[in-house]
Amino acid sequence: MVRSRNDGNALEPWSDPAAEPYVRISGVTKRFGDFAAVNDVSLDIYKGEIFCLLGGSGCGKSTLLRMLAGFETPSAGSVVLDAQDLAAIPPYQRPVNMMFQSYALFPHMTVEKNIAFGLEQEHLPKAQIAERVSQMLSIVRLTEYAKRRPHQLSGGQKQRVALARALVKRPKLLLLDEPLGALDRKLREHTQFELINIQQQLGVTFIVVTHDQEEAMTLASRIGVMNHGQIVQIGTPSQIYEAPNSKFVADFIGSVNLFEGRLIEAQEGQARIQCDELGGVVHVDYAVDASPGQSVCAAIRPERIHLLREPPEHTGENCVRGVVREIAYMGDMSIYLVQADGGKVVRVTQPNIARVTHGQRIEWDEQVYLTWRAGSPVVLTR
Amino acid sequence: MGQPARIRLRLPAGQRAVVAIPYVWLLVLFLIPLLIVLEISFAQFAPMARPPYESILRWAEDGVLRLKLQFDSYQYLLNEPLYVSAWFYSIKVAAISTLLCLLLGYPMAYAIARCPPTSRNVYLMLVMLPFWTSFLLRVYAWIGLLKTDGVINNVLLWLNIIDEPLQMMNTSFAVYVGIVYSYLPFMILPLYANLEKHDLTLLEAAQDLGCGPIRAVLRITLPLSMPGIVAGSLLVFIPAVGEYVIPSLLGSSDQLMIAKLLSDEFFMNRDWPRASAVAIAMVLLLLVPILIFQRFQNRTLQAARA
Amino acid sequence: MKTRGWFSRVMLWLGLAFLYLPIVLLVVFSFNASRLVTVWDADDSPTLRWYRALLTDHAVLDAAWLSIRVAAMTATGAAILGTLTGLALVRFGPFRGRAFLRGLSTAPLVMPEVITGLSMLLLFVSVEQVCRAAFGWQFDRGIVTITLAHITFTMTYVAVVVQSRLASCDDSLEEAALDLGARPAKVFFRITVPMIAPAILSGWLLAFTLSWDDVVVSQFVSGPGANTLPMVIFSKVRLGVNPSVNAFATLMVLIVGTGVLVAAWWLKRVEKRREREMRMAEAGQ
Repeated sequence: MVRSRNDGNALEPWSDPAAEPYVRISGVTKRFGDFAAVNDVSLDIYKGEIFCLLGGSGCGKSTLLRMLAGFETPSAGSVVLDAQDLAAIPPYQRPVNMMFQSYALFPHMTVEKNIAFGLEQEHLPKAQIAERVSQMLSIVRLTEYAKRRPHQLSGGQKQRVALARALVKRPKLLLLDEPLGALDRKLREHTQFELINIQQQLGVTFIVVTHDQEEAMTLASRIGVMNHGQIVQIGTPSQIYEAPNSKFVADFIGSVNLFEGRLIEAQEGQARIQCDELGGVVHVDYAVDASPGQSVCAAIRPERIHLLREPPEHTGENCVRGVVREIAYMGDMSIYLVQADGGKVVRVTQPNIARVTHGQRIEWDEQVYLTWRAGSPVVLTR
Repeated sequence: MGQPARIRLRLPAGQRAVVAIPYVWLLVLFLIPLLIVLEISFAQFAPMARPPYESILRWAEDGVLRLKLQFDSYQYLLNEPLYVSAWFYSIKVAAISTLLCLLLGYPMAYAIARCPPTSRNVYLMLVMLPFWTSFLLRVYAWIGLLKTDGVINNVLLWLNIIDEPLQMMNTSFAVYVGIVYSYLPFMILPLYANLEKHDLTLLEAAQDLGCGPIRAVLRITLPLSMPGIVAGSLLVFIPAVGEYVIPSLLGSSDQLMIAKLLSDEFFMNRDWPRASAVAIAMVLLLLVPILIFQRFQNRTLQAARA
Repeated sequence: MKTRGWFSRVMLWLGLAFLYLPIVLLVVFSFNASRLVTVWDADDSPTLRWYRALLTDHAVLDAAWLSIRVAAMTATGAAILGTLTGLALVRFGPFRGRAFLRGLSTAPLVMPEVITGLSMLLLFVSVEQVCRAAFGWQFDRGIVTITLAHITFTMTYVAVVVQSRLASCDDSLEEAALDLGARPAKVFFRITVPMIAPAILSGWLLAFTLSWDDVVVSQFVSGPGANTLPMVIFSKVRLGVNPSVNAFATLMVLIVGTGVLVAAWWLKRVEKRREREMRMAEAGQ
């Protein structure tokens, strides 16, 4: 699930302090009455990025997107795109285009006319419009559908028309509102990769709004997780998944076990957390930014926990005993709910490696041992 | 969203222009005329003048603007037995006609809503079709039916059900028939719109829980269709109170409805102040049902948008 | 278990009979030779003499021509004003005076006709007085005043129809057009109007019908010599049944009936084709 396209050696302008951001959102707030839909959001987005705003419904991500498009006016703050302040520019003059969640294709125009609409507003010569439209049609592989009306297209085709219509204007910034939301599951995966390919081909900067973490993970160069109108964490997909900075993010992205406890020892390079609900101590092999006695939370992903029948030979500290309460067979893996001695129910996933297991499989009510590496848990203080 | 605390007060110039056109139109051709009616209702009747009233405002000799309000017309409305009985008669006719419309329209709307979807539109069209033909002509059709030598009497005589023709024209009965006939579509449409949305499994659930079919309709469908009943009833009741054409053509001349009285006052007696006072009183009378209706209308529109 | 409701079905058919029987009789008796309308003259019927009488009656023909002109102008004016009202109420968000506009635009809908007629007439009289006093300028009430009055009470019907259509339309279509660089006025004509065209058209037809049909308001606001068709018919009918009115009614039923049937058939065909194309698009995925 974690993609490595932009990790490691690839371009990472956000980690270069000298890099100039392409889109600079600073202190943007939108209030509806007393309610702040977007609350003091600041973001720097770099040229050529696919930036995903991820959050549940009502978190303010769509309002933020609509402010970038110009459909809502910020109550405070500024948006600068390519050294141009967007505040006073109406939506029809912004070098920004949007792909709508409903696609918003004009039902009374053909595919071709839909795509040409934006160029006609720029009063370009007819020949030039025709050329750019046909070029765009071939990029989204819809050349033979040019004369059709939107209702004569399938969902995936409509999505590609919407994309083509927005991109043909050569915007500096493309906003995508739940771009895959209306597609069925199978089509989604295929379309995701297609979207990335087109983006790389044209080099346009994308800002994507989505509530679907899987979509964000595959598409994004970076993700901004939003909650209650604020950005909670910004990072690459792997940073967000592996190093969430709060319980909210850890819980929102993927599934996670949260063990509440108290820090009993914090030294250079290691720390120990007393965790009563687990009935043991959680040990991590890195420094924790908290002082002993403080209550903290250890977050660990279900796939990072190992399930054993026998206690491990070298008794590391991260070993907890428990009883299997539930097993759910999912095909590629199984989910176990194990009640630890301290009472906490721990979620563990194990890949189903072998097709046939002769009596090897762990069963209900069996006593088991849970272990994990000292590097696996993330210690969260908020 | 959009709490009243932060209403955008000024629209962009283009939108302001769009709002201004209907706004000004309605102010000039709807609101101001009503204010003129209000003004004249307080004026003094002056049969010899042209127009036949004294303005309530006049410049006195000392150059001061004097306002003179006359309440004669209103007093007359309250004390004159002809008027009092016309008020009661109008309300009675409207109420009974509304009830009859409901009794006939509800089962019809129910039957249409329970039809297979393909035939629903056909039935709806059949209900609406007469509405598109002339209202006046449809009322006229009943004269031929209800007359002493009309079709109904002829048939009944021929069947030997009656010995001598019934007096149906120029009675309250004829007015009820006319109003029910003309306004039935206005009752059926909102009822249908409501009933059509009902989930049939609710009735099945009720029956599954041991409720008989008739009781299920009474306890589930009827309460759920209350909004449709209210909307339909108001759509019939409000215009029926002020109905003019139907009582003029089918009703009796000794029991007048209020709209007829207004027009007689205006055209026959040329008493503009009194006609205006009748109009104002009528507006006040209808204000409550009209406000209920408007709240309903807004709520339905909002629901449609959600 | 399923009670298909025989009671309501019987009521439906009785109700439809109630709605149509008078119209059928009206049509049948329009071919009756007898002047007594409801008494069938078996010797000379059916006859077309009342149609001939109708079509040679100058008062009727003049009135019909006036009514058509009034109705066409009314419908057009009402369609424009009603569309603007609907647009402002549904699409402009909250603005000062919105509630007032909403109230103003629904009030004429429920106002009794006599009051609308009276208030309009009083307005026109006042304007006349002012004009005479200020400019020595005199005008007669007639086609203009009737049309103005009709527009005022029919525009609100158009506004209601347009509002409900707009409310059910996805406003992201208009936003998409803005986003693609079209100015608001262009968005209105190229996107909004085509989108709500069916509502505007049915509003236009509704306004036309209401104007064509109106007798009460016209009676108040028309002047000497300007008689609309309903006014002429009303005065004929007040004196009792009249065979040429039956003939006229028959023509009306014929025109309206054909129109509605053709429209329904055409709509159904368009709908069917659209459904088929949508099925094909999904299948060809």
